[in-house]
Amino acid sequence: MTKAEIVEQIYERVGFSKKEAAELVERVFEIMKETLAEGEKVKISGFGNFVVREKNARKGRNPQTGQEILLDARRVLTFKPSLVLKNVLNETEVTDADRASEAAGE
Amino acid sequence: MTKSGLIEEVAKRTPHISKKDTEVVVNTIFDAMIEALRSGDRIEIRGFGSFQVKIREARDGRNPKTGESVHISAKRTPFFKVGKELKEMVDGVPATEPETEVDGGTSEESAIG
Repeated sequence: MTKAEIVEQIYERVGFSKKEAAELVERVFEIMKETLAEGEKVKISGFGNFVVREKNARKGRNPQTGQEILLDARRVLTFKPSLVLKNVLNETEVTDADRASEAAGE
Repeated sequence: MTKSGLIEEVAKRTPHISKKDTEVVVNTIFDAMIEALRSGDRIEIRGFGSFQVKIREARDGRNPKTGESVHISAKRTPFFKVGKELKEMVDGVPATEPETEVDGGTSEESAIG
């Protein structure tokens, strides 16, 4: 699913014009990005929480050369899915067909 | 920021669209995304990131309180991978700057602590 398909869904489900739906979809992700860039978390009930975490500087190693390097302190984004979403995904038991489609990268 | 805060902000930037409509659309976006993940579809939002459902295989766990062994059946878990642009925005790196990955380049020496 891409942004274009989300727009399509909005059109199909609530009959909103694609032009306005596309504009709103753009604004939603733009605002979420700006908020997270400021270090503020974004909590979407029923979906999950996006949280910016501070990582301390640490020593790492270049896996190719084995050389030790200092990794700077940085900020990373984490996503914690809501319990509702996790439950929705597990309404039915995991089957071999699920494993096959996961392996196929769908 | 919560979903209602997000709706407020979107509404502020789209004064030509009613707040009620904005609310419906924002809710529909997340409903559609949940629906996609439920059907095993991968979601890719350019510049933001991608969502994918992965399977955690069944395993034998332990109740940390009682020490009792319990069987945990296989389950689906959503994963989010942050997109390059957002990753750099969050880390405070300008989005236009090239990647500075440590992949055997020439900047290693200056990077040693």
